[in-house]
Amino acid sequence: MSDAARPRPSEPRAGSAGAPPGDVVPPVDPAPPDALLDAPDDALLVVRGLKKYFPIRKGILGRVADQFRAVDDVSFWLRRGETLGLVGESGSGKTTTGRAILRLIEPTAGEAIFDGQDIFRMADDELRRLRRRAQIVFQDPFGSLNPRMTVGDALREVLQVHRIARGAAADRRVHELLEQVGLSPDHARRYPHEFSGGQRQRIGIARALSVEPEFIVCDEPVSALDVSVQAQVLNLLADLQDRLGIAYLFIAHDLSVVEHISDRIAVMYRGRIVEVGESEDVIHRPRHPYTRALLSAVPVPEPRRTGSRPAREPDGGRAVGAAAAPTPEPSHGGCPYRFRCDHPRKDAECSRVVPPLARKAPGHFAACVKEPDVPVSP
Amino acid sequence: MALLEVENLRTYFETDAGLARAVDGVSFAVDEGEVLGIVGESGSGKSVTSLSIMRLVPQPPGRIMPGSRIVFRGRDLLAATEAEMRRVRGNDIAIIFQEPMTSLNPVYSVGDQIAEAIRHHRGVGKREARARAVELLRQVGIPDPERRAEDYPHQLSGGMRQRVMIAMAISCEPDLLIADEPTTALDVTIQAQILDLLAELRERLGMAMILITHDLGVVAQVCDRVVVMYAGQVVEQASVDDLFREPRHPYTEGLLQAIPRLGRPVERLAVIPGTVPSPTAWPVACRFHPRCPYGWDLCVEAAPELFPAGDGRATAEGSVSGDGRASDESGSASDGHASRENRASRCWLERHPERREEVRRRTGAYEASRAGHAEAPAERWHATSAAEHAAPGAETAPPDAPVRPLMGDPDTEEDVRR
Repeated sequence: MSDAARPRPSEPRAGSAGAPPGDVVPPVDPAPPDALLDAPDDALLVVRGLKKYFPIRKGILGRVADQFRAVDDVSFWLRRGETLGLVGESGSGKTTTGRAILRLIEPTAGEAIFDGQDIFRMADDELRRLRRRAQIVFQDPFGSLNPRMTVGDALREVLQVHRIARGAAADRRVHELLEQVGLSPDHARRYPHEFSGGQRQRIGIARALSVEPEFIVCDEPVSALDVSVQAQVLNLLADLQDRLGIAYLFIAHDLSVVEHISDRIAVMYRGRIVEVGESEDVIHRPRHPYTRALLSAVPVPEPRRTGSRPAREPDGGRAVGAAAAPTPEPSHGGCPYRFRCDHPRKDAECSRVVPPLARKAPGHFAACVKEPDVPVSP
Repeated sequence: MALLEVENLRTYFETDAGLARAVDGVSFAVDEGEVLGIVGESGSGKSVTSLSIMRLVPQPPGRIMPGSRIVFRGRDLLAATEAEMRRVRGNDIAIIFQEPMTSLNPVYSVGDQIAEAIRHHRGVGKREARARAVELLRQVGIPDPERRAEDYPHQLSGGMRQRVMIAMAISCEPDLLIADEPTTALDVTIQAQILDLLAELRERLGMAMILITHDLGVVAQVCDRVVVMYAGQVVEQASVDDLFREPRHPYTEGLLQAIPRLGRPVERLAVIPGTVPSPTAWPVACRFHPRCPYGWDLCVEAAPELFPAGDGRATAEGSVSGDGRASDESGSASDGHASRENRASRCWLERHPERREEVRRRTGAYEASRAGHAEAPAERWHATSAAEHAAPGAETAPPDAPVRPLMGDPDTEEDVRR
């Protein structure tokens, strides 16, 4: 089947970008035959056709001249108790994706079915109930903690807002939460500035846990931490998942960290998922040239002579002159990666079609028309 | 003779919390054309070391203490006048930082800024300086350099800005380039390009380099030799190959086990418990002892020196443990290459190698934190003895109490409390 023939979700009109949320988000077309979208029955979250466009304003009247497509037609699913890693460079849209599915920013189009209900069409009171089931942990927990509130007060506030516990019951729950994240109940009386970076991240995790969520978006949770502390927080997240069955969308730029924590990995490039699959498949058998370039760029902490490092591709983004060439803003047709792509079969077709995510192996999808597909029903 | 020798460098800062001994007795040398990596976490003193070499430490509150020596080509930079230092900076030693935006002037084009540096140091005419600036931009891989020279810093991407900084740094052909976390703010594919560029320039210009980073992967890729810093001190030095094959200091060993390896996932990461200590309150004696799985009484009683390490003695014994290290060691021992002479580790294990074997056999050292075994950490010495031994030999106030049970890996820490 030709790629151009695949149905694409409709593009929203420029005017709808700043439209109020909830009821007027344009629906997506009937699901395209991408096997990616036959989400398993036990999926906790199914995201289809997520778009977030930001208006680019020009001139003194602030006329909307164009749309910046921060997230452009992103679809994925997540099972209960599973970790999906979302990896990409700065500006790839991974953070925007994480925030849009929790409606911390309003999506432009798409749907996010959480346990049967579309988050993008929830009314305010439904959204408030959602916050008890879906939470977020930020890179810099200090920025999201009130400096004049003790950690205990901050956690108690969450419990009260969500009417989970008050009074002595709330105190007990605060102590329990602090112990759950490896802190001591005494820490409840301290202020955020009294904690180290790793401890603050534990507090951020405790706050997310306070509502007993089923799903947490972890947005670069260990990027700001020292190497020796990073492992502590990664182990903590893994333990909590084992114990409480929480699903994570784990957003990070560090491939090694993402591989370590994730069951499956999605790779984003310029607002699109270009590859998704089981962690092992994506890392060991990448099917998109961008994933391959990312993998070959990761400096491996091993001495050079062991030969265990994957050989560099001849011009896999590493040649000084070639790779430094500016990447033009892609016109709205064609593969967005084609300017940096070193695929041996790259040709004119790549500038004609936007490659859809297609099945390249069981459970493994990539958006590259030059990689052979496998039939949807093997 | 070494190009640069740093001897017993101590750089202290007056802070509200007391005297911060950010760099506290650091010594190392850089040879001509060599790339030395300085690895450490935040607060280890690695950046203050580089600023001290350039004499860019703000004084006050900072102070390079008497007895420190920084000898470049036989000349003590700490005795040089400010005017002499201005000639050294740029001409002899250049430095680039993590965030190039803060070192570039936003209101001048990048071409003008590089040309100005060249005119200042070389006394050449305007036109010649400009032509040289364009040539430098070409050398650092900036496409269409004539046009790019007209750009202002904000018009360039992060990777391009770092290339401009490198162009400026090499404009006067320094003998030594200090790169302080040059790729930390960059995406991984751009980082790879910048690291390749630095390697290529070093080859072509024959300059020596000090690469300061927290990323052991970057070190493995670029450096010849490594200095590992912890709590203001050098705790280990070794060739890159030796360091990664057989880390001698428990801190280095822990770091290498705590990082996830791409393509080789483990069920659980090993953990160095606790947190990086504060420079105003370094732990007494061995500064790593509160986090060390090997520690014993001696470690709180006396500060270890930087002992010669791994000089064939440990490797000759062959069977170190059953974890696969042994074969590596005997292999490299037979090479007997010269870099081993420079191996050093600031750890009492170098004087008591039997202790290393014993702890590994008994508790698995860092393996214990990986498996989360209940019995192993409880046997560790520090749960009890740290508090008892802290008072004698105390250099400063002990770090605010045995913080360990509160901060570490939840599993192991709970075990310690039981």
